[in-house]
Order: sequence, then structure tokens, then C-alpha cells
Amino acid sequence: MRSEIILRMEGISKSFPGVRALHNVDFVLRRGEIHALMGENGAGKSTLIKILNGVYEKDAGRIILEGRPVHFKSPQDAQNMGIGTVFQEIALCPNLTVADNMFIGRSRDAVVRWKQMNEKTAEMLNSLGIPASPTQELASCSLAVQQMIAIARAVDMDCKILILDEPTSSLDEDETKKLFALMRELKSRGVGIIFITHFIDEVYEISDTITVLRNGELIGEYETAALSQIELISKMMGKALSDVAAIKKHELSQSDASVPVFAAKDLSSTAGVRPFDFTIHEGEVNGFAGLLGSGRSESVRAFFAADKVTSGEVKIKGKRAKIRTPLDAMKQGIGYLPEDRKAEGIIGELSVRDNIILALQVMKGFFKPLSRKQAEEFANQYIQLLGIKTPSIDTPIKSLSGGNQQKVILARWLLTHPMYLILDEPTRGIDVGTKVEIQKLILKLAEDGMSLTFISSEIDEMLRVCSRLIVMKDREIVGELRGANLTEQNVMHMIAQGG
Amino acid sequence: MSLLKVRFNRWSHLFLPLSVLVILLLINLIKGVDYFKITMVNGVFYGNIPNILFGAAELVILSIGMTLVTAAACGQDISIGESGAISSAIFVQYVLNAGEVTIWTILAGFLLSCVAGMLIGAFNGTLVSYFNVQPMVATLILFLGGRSIAFIIDGKVSPILANPISNQIGTFIPGVPIQTPIILTVVFIVLVAVVLKTTNLRLYVEAVGVNPSAARLNGINPKKIIFLTFLIMGVCSAVAGFLAVNKAGRHDSVNLLKFIMMDAILAVALGGNSLAGGKFSITGSIIGAYTIEVLNRTLLRLEVNPEAIKAFKAVFIIILMVIASPVVRAFARKLLDKAKTIVTGDSVRQTGALDEAVVSMTDSSGKEE
Amino acid sequence: MKRLTRVGLLLLGVVFVLSTVCGMVAAEELIRVGIVNLPPEESGYRQANVEDMSRVFSRENGYDAKQTNTADVNEQMAAAMGYIRDGVDYLLISAAHASGWDDALLAAKRAGVRVILFDRAIDTDPSNYEAALLSDMHYEGQLATDWVLNNVPEPINLILIRGQLGSAAEIGRSAPVLNAAQEGKLNLVWDGTGGDTWSLEEARKVVEAAIAAGKDFNVIYAQNDGMAQGAVQALEAAGISHGKNGKVKIIGFDFNRFALRNVQAGYWDADVQCNPRQAAQIDQWIKSGNIPAGIVYQEEIILDTDTIIDEHIENYGINPDPGKGVITR
Repeated sequence: MRSEIILRMEGISKSFPGVRALHNVDFVLRRGEIHALMGENGAGKSTLIKILNGVYEKDAGRIILEGRPVHFKSPQDAQNMGIGTVFQEIALCPNLTVADNMFIGRSRDAVVRWKQMNEKTAEMLNSLGIPASPTQELASCSLAVQQMIAIARAVDMDCKILILDEPTSSLDEDETKKLFALMRELKSRGVGIIFITHFIDEVYEISDTITVLRNGELIGEYETAALSQIELISKMMGKALSDVAAIKKHELSQSDASVPVFAAKDLSSTAGVRPFDFTIHEGEVNGFAGLLGSGRSESVRAFFAADKVTSGEVKIKGKRAKIRTPLDAMKQGIGYLPEDRKAEGIIGELSVRDNIILALQVMKGFFKPLSRKQAEEFANQYIQLLGIKTPSIDTPIKSLSGGNQQKVILARWLLTHPMYLILDEPTRGIDVGTKVEIQKLILKLAEDGMSLTFISSEIDEMLRVCSRLIVMKDREIVGELRGANLTEQNVMHMIAQGG
Repeated sequence: MSLLKVRFNRWSHLFLPLSVLVILLLINLIKGVDYFKITMVNGVFYGNIPNILFGAAELVILSIGMTLVTAAACGQDISIGESGAISSAIFVQYVLNAGEVTIWTILAGFLLSCVAGMLIGAFNGTLVSYFNVQPMVATLILFLGGRSIAFIIDGKVSPILANPISNQIGTFIPGVPIQTPIILTVVFIVLVAVVLKTTNLRLYVEAVGVNPSAARLNGINPKKIIFLTFLIMGVCSAVAGFLAVNKAGRHDSVNLLKFIMMDAILAVALGGNSLAGGKFSITGSIIGAYTIEVLNRTLLRLEVNPEAIKAFKAVFIIILMVIASPVVRAFARKLLDKAKTIVTGDSVRQTGALDEAVVSMTDSSGKEE
Repeated sequence: MKRLTRVGLLLLGVVFVLSTVCGMVAAEELIRVGIVNLPPEESGYRQANVEDMSRVFSRENGYDAKQTNTADVNEQMAAAMGYIRDGVDYLLISAAHASGWDDALLAAKRAGVRVILFDRAIDTDPSNYEAALLSDMHYEGQLATDWVLNNVPEPINLILIRGQLGSAAEIGRSAPVLNAAQEGKLNLVWDGTGGDTWSLEEARKVVEAAIAAGKDFNVIYAQNDGMAQGAVQALEAAGISHGKNGKVKIIGFDFNRFALRNVQAGYWDADVQCNPRQAAQIDQWIKSGNIPAGIVYQEEIILDTDTIIDEHIENYGINPDPGKGVITR
């Protein structure tokens, strides 16, 4: 079964001033193998990958490629040696054609031979089963196809090793399947693939081997088939198995008869959700379930006036409230953690401190700035409370890991002490450990009387946390589940039958 | 020790703008050791330094407004000279039509010109924030047409402002040893500092400049903030126009503050600010403005041939911008660290926070693990 | 609403008929002139020039004149072509750029339109126009230089502050000084410029630099009044005396009224005319039918503290008069 080794990294160490990112890590990749590289945030996955593709220089250790020691001085070096990388964010030009994107920056001739280029691209796309035409504009392809084209581009540069850094994070299930098909095709051609993802199911679906890193050290290499999911998680987190399974949600005792904390009637917004009703009670955690594009995010955005509200009325604790802008919503005690952390959550260049105090500061008003000392106190308090890992409170938030960024945004809203907190995909793209922490936090907050709406694309996560699920399909609510009815099966059924 | 470190981190972004200025001052010092000599002339300080502070007054004030506009709107206002010409034309007309000129006439005229500046700012700001016009395009309108408007307000001539109070504003007040424009610049800077201290202007502007969508979802109205920065820019233009016209003693609508936006944008860039908006440093821009003034005077001091002066300025600016660029900045930090590690073994610890910032800066793709 | 429109149309018709009748009547007796000029907001000089043209070429004076004032040379040429098509008798041009005018000038020639250039020359064969009435910048410079040589005590140490480098005015006004320096008649201790905007602030910096460098000088030769003003501000701040009884002699150009008042008050020493008022001369040529051929230079003068009188300031000055005895610092 085990075939020839093409890459061997031995005793790799790398330090950044003040931080030891990798310590004596070994890694082995075989021909035609899909090798998942797993670890929490800060485990050293990215550093290892960046040493392999020439972005960083290693402090110690050896890289042996096809039996020969190699030394990369630049990403170009690594590429020339047959190591291709496709990052999470697609680094192509959306306004150029598919063929342009395949060949951009590679042609050595001053004159581009269009016809030849298009023919070669067509051949390539065909052989890999990528559904795109060479002359099509890249932006007109789906994200998955774009991702595949990025891969095709990497593969076409005669690559022996392909690194895929979270290629599926912005793809839906169907698109992921297509991507996996492509990965299998490449595997059959003998390409060694290093695969990084936060989705554990994907690891089990596609990978042959798993290497786990933790805190910059190698935990071990395992055959996927021989390692159970729960074992994997505990190895990544460094915790005993019982800890992981220990989340217990607290069942809601209140009846619907009490005055809801937040109630909306016939609400709709420019984002295009059909008018709908919604209520949430004190201490309740509910969720919106549905496929991507079902309107679950658009619905909760309307509560916060994140999109322009076009109809409906809102009552806060039974009293009519006008919510026209996010600020109105904030003043009514509503907080909203948006789905797209990078585009709508973090203020990348600003410090962790400024990011934490932002919402509170805005609520206090333009002419009432917090003193520097106050701001620092608040920031430090929440950094400690949520265990945010940051070199200092002055560090720009963009240099934190995804999970820590998300915690900062959470801290931002917790600091405003909202009555009702909306969390749209707070666990996306972050490691298992932080996911569990956030789930625990949600339940803790609810226990203290806060109402929360929690949305996640991982249904089991919602089942674990929410006492009530509102199921959506095609921008309409198709039903509601609670209590004993709250099972994955029922949700699927409802989506399948509804609408 | 740790307090010192915090201080250093907070001001470290000024290290390069300052070093650029210091390099220029050193060149001047090499040319003649009496560079910093200050004497008293008619009871007023006189010398190269007072001359620099005097000459850069308008540019300093404009670069403050330009910093804010750049940070929030992620673009530049190229109509600041024209805006200053229009608002100061209104000031001059008010004073000339007021009959007897007292300090109150001047003050009223000044306030009127500030209102005019704000109206101009509101016009530009409306185009940029509510109609989403690119700042440079929006302000191009007044850049092209502003001087004709000022010319018409002037009554198609260059009116003379030959009254003693204007003269004192443009030169010095008897008994005060510092020239009035220098004092007014300091007052303006202090006012701006107070505004930054007592409001959330910085946080709002930076949030809007970095990520307007996120700012909006945190209750900030990005349009209002962008609009506000243009209003402030308008006031800055009016103040600069006021200083310029009182210095000149007459209103020359054609040449007053002409092409000063180039220097103001350059000052913002030299101050280590990104022209693409986001985080900003007004202190940096002020240093940048003085640097440009020193540069202009350095070229004169080196007795560069008038024909070659523009070329020399261009070369100097390229060198200064390279010195102030993030690449060189990161490189300088690395060198500094290496030097430190050689001197003391465990210094890595002390500069940890700083170095991480450098790491994240040199490799921004390293942020997502 | 409808009625209003009808009334409006009727009124419009009446105005139209009246105006054509008037036009026809007028055309029979008036001399038709097309004037292509630069926009008045270009400078105080140009404002005086445009104003002078409008004043002289008026109906009362027997002209049917149309003016186009633009800094865009293409618009200027289009306007000239338009006037030629309209069948004007005379075309008066002050060109924004000296080159590229041949087509327009030939078209005028073919149509029998007589072309007179004023204030600015055009690079073309002299046969393409009747006459050109210009200021002789070199002559202006010579006037100033001669004044320096005759009035400043030896040794003459001069600071030259040029205007926009390469402009006709700068070249003309610099040449006599540079010649005199070469011939050893004066020392050029500092050679600076106010830049493209003939900037007061830049001129001030030039003089400040000269002072800081410890230069000894007794004349400042600034190529316009604004720069002379900036230069004097630098002297004032440094406590260096100037003017009639002072150490440093100040010369400006252009005859701004504020500058002439400064000369009159002895705050400055001399100012050289650059006459924007060519209209009267051209009017006289046209009316007399005696148009000279080729380039004619205007007679221009220099005034100093001894020769200046109020009448000069009133008649020859440009821009507002600050009033007798008022010094513009």
C-alpha cells in the first residue's frame, strides 16, 4: 500500500522573535498520497507549509525532495522544484479569462500565442474534468471551479507536491465533492497532496494519512482509517476524550407565554427575505438552519438592520421599537457577529484593544471617548476572560489567528452587555478547541439570562447548543423544531419537504 | 523598563519620518554649522528655524486635514488650494467692506471664511460620501473651477489687505517674540489634539478607512464620517487661506496656495501614512510637512541651480520615500534586532511585541493559521 | 401652463426679430472685430488687458466686437475660425501657445480678414498677419538693468529672482542682467526663481536663503511685483533696510498699483511697466487705415521714487489702488 516517499522533512525548527513556531518536526509525504495536516490554531501548520513552499527559511532541519536535500530561498525556487500551493483565498485575476489565468506570469515570450494557449488550457481542463471553457471570464465560474482552476494551474507547472490550504472553506457541499474528485484524479497521477482543513468530516472522506501538530511539535502520523474522529480531536486539543463530549445544553423552561425579549412581525429587508415572524425569550438559544443561500443570514441581519429593512415591526420586551440602523439595534441591546469575519467583523489594521472596545465606544457616543486606561482595562479583562492569544493589546487584529480574531469580535459584543446576541457562523474557519469553547460560552451566557441566536453550517453544532431551530429554505421559513424533535434527521426532512 | 517599552512602541511609527527630517537637518548642518543659530530682529526671533516654522504654516495645517480625508475616504482632496483661495477671498471681501478694521472685523471675517470652507468641504464631502464619487474626481471640479470663483469674489482684481492688523497676523505682534503665523499654527495643532483627545474621531475615522462595512455594523455611519473629514478639511483650507492672505497682504486668486495639495499629499505620505486610508498619524504628517519645507530650503541653501532645482527635489523625494517605505522600515528593525542580540543575549524578550508586529508586516499572509 | 408657454414663445419671437433688425442696422456702420484672448482670471495683467479691449472696442467707439477668452489654444483656434466664417473685418489674437496657428491664419488671409496680434507673438511667417503689438520683455529688462547700473552705488551685488523658467518674460527680463554680470558691471550674488507660479513665498525663501548664506547684496531684481513683495518681506523679517534710504534697492515689474504706491512711498525703489493696454493703439491703426507691418513694440517705462506721480499710478497701473501713502508689505 505505502508507496515511494517523495518528500521528507526532518527536524524542522523555526522561531520568530519571542515565539517558537516549530520545534524539531518531521513530516513525510508519499507519491499519490493525500495527507491531512491537522492542528489547532497556532499548532504550526502554516509555518511548516511556508517553509516547504519557500516563504520562510527554516532555522534548523533538512528537506529532502526525491532523495536529494534541497534548500529553497524563495517561493519561486520551491515552485521550480515542483511544489505548488493553492491558498484559501483564490489568488487569481477574476476579470481575466480562464486561459489567461492558467498562463499569466508564465509565458516567457513577449508575444502571447492565444490560440495555442486556449487549446492547451482546454486540454488541461478536459483531462481534469473541470467544467469551464478557456475563454470564459474567471469571475463567471463558481468558487469551486475557480479553486479547481487554481489547482490546475499549480498542477500544470509540473508539480509533484500540491499543498491545499483550506481549499473548501468557501465551498458548499456539492462544490466540495467536485474538488475531491479532482484531488482523487491527481492522486491517481501520483501527485502527493498536503491538505489542510478545519472540517473533520472532509479529512475522513479524502485523506489517507493524518499528521497532527500541536504547539509547534509533532504529535504523530496516523493512518486515517485507524484513527477515530474523537481520538483525532483529543490529539489536536491535547485533552482527554471526556472533555470534548462534555457539552450539555440547558433546556428552556420558560413557556412562550412570557413576553419575548425580541419579537419581529412581517419583517423583510432589501436582502430579499420573504416577510417573516420571529420571537426569542430571555435565556433562549435558538438557531436558523438551512442550506447556504436559504436566507438564514439574511433573516438575522434584518433584526440588526444590517440590510435596509423594508417592512415589518419590531417589539423589544413588548414595546415597539424603531430599528433603522445598526446603531438603533445596538441601543436596544442587540449585538450581531456577522458571518463574514474578514469583510464585516474585524477592523484589520486596528489594535486588538480598539477592536474590543469599538461597539461599546460607539454606543457611548462620539464625544465620550473611553480613557486609554479604561480601554486597556476592558481589553485586558476580555482577553483574559476569553483566553485570546495575542502578543499585546496593541497588536493589529489581522495578525491574530482566525479563532482569536473571532474571540475578539465576541469580546466586542460581550463588552456591550447585550440583551440579545446574534452569532452568525461564529465557529467557521476556526479550530476545534475554540469551537468547543465558543459553544460552552454560548450556553453559559444563556444561563446568565442572555438570549442568543446561533447559526452554523454544521448542523450537529446547532443541535448541541440550540433549544429551538427555525428551518429555512429558499428564503422562507418552512418550519420550527424543538425538544425531542430536534434531530438532524428532522431538519433534513423539513428542508426536503418544505417550500 | 516596561513603561519605556510601551512608550517606544506607541511612538515607533514616527521613527522614520523623524529620521528623514534629521538627515535633512544634518545636510544643512554640514553646509554651515550656524544653521540653528537664532538671533533677535526687532524683538522677534530670527533664523533658519523660525523661517521654516513660518514658511510651513499653511502646509502643516493643510496636511492635518489631508491626513483625515486620506484616512477616512481612502483618497485625496486635490482642491485644497482652491478652497483656501475661495474662503480667503470671502475673508478679504468682508474685511474690505467692513469699513474700519478692528480685531473683531478680522475675527468675524475669519469665521465667515471658515463657514465658506466648510461649505466647500460639504460639497466635496457630499459627492464623495453620498454619491460615491472618487475623492480625486470629486475634488477635481473645484480644482479646475475654484480659482475662477475666487477671482469673481475678488471683483476680478487682486484686492489689497493693507491694514495693520492683517500685517501683524502675517508678520508679528509688537512685543511678542514669535511670528504670528507660527503661534497660530501651534494653536491650531493644539486644537486638533484636543479634538482628538475629547472625541472618538480617530477611532471612527480609522475604522471607516480600514473597513467601512465592519464600521457600519458597529453603529458608525461611514458616510457621515467621510463627510465630517471633508468638513474638517474645509476648515483647514480656510485657516491656511487666512494665513496665506495675511502673509501676502493681498489676495492673488491665481497663485494663492497654488499646487499646495501636491506637498500636502506628500507630507501625509512622508509621515508614514498609507494613501489608501486606514490608520493615520497626524504627528507624522506634521513632521512630513516640515520636512518638505526643510527640503525646499535645503535645495536653496545648497545653491542648486534654479534650472535643476525641480530635478533635485524629485531625486530627494524619491530617496526620502524609499527611506520611509515599509520595506526599509522592516529591514531597519531587523538590523536593529540583530545588533541588539549581539550586544545582549536575552534582548529578544524585551522587543518581542515589536518584532511580532514586524513579522506580521513583512508577511501579511502569515496571519491565518 | 399652456398659455404661459405661448406668451413665452411670442416674447421670444419679438426679441429675435428686434435683435436681427438691430444687428442688420448696426452691421452697416460698425467695424466688425473678433477678439481671441486669454481668460481674465489668468492674472491681474490679463484682467486689465481684457477690460481694455472691451472698453475700446465698443459700440460707442464704432465697433461690433466679439470676444473669446480661453486658455485652451484649440478653443482659441476654433473661435478664430468661427469669427472668420462670420466674416469679421479684423481678427485680434493673443495666443495661448505660439505654435500651430498657420491654418487659422491662412484661412483668414483667404477670407480677407486682417489679423493683428497683440501681447503675444505667434511662430509663423510674418506675411501671415498684418501687425503684432507686443511688450518687449528684453527692453523691459534693459530698462531695469540700466536703472540698476545708474542708481546703485558700486559694487553692485544683485539678487536675481526669476519668474517661470523658460517663459518669454523670464528670458527677456533675465538676459540684460546676465549680460551685465558677464561684462563685470555687476555681481550676481544669488540666482533664484519664484517657480512656475511666480510665487511670493518662493521668492521670500530665496532671499532668506541668501541671507542665511551670509551674502552681501544691495539690489533685488524680482521679475514681477509679487516676488518683489516676497523678497521685501524676507528683508523686513531679517531687519535689513531697503527702499529709498535703505541699503537694498528693490525693483519689481508689471506696474501693479500697490507696487507703484510702494515705490512712491520709498518702500521700494523702482518698477518697470508691462503694458496690458494695447487696444487704443490698435484702434488708432484701424481707424487711420494705416497698419504697420510686422512686430511693433509698445513703449514702456520705468518709474522710480523720483519720477513717479499719481497720474502714472492711475493711468498705467493694474489691479486696485491701495491709496496714496499706503504701503503693501
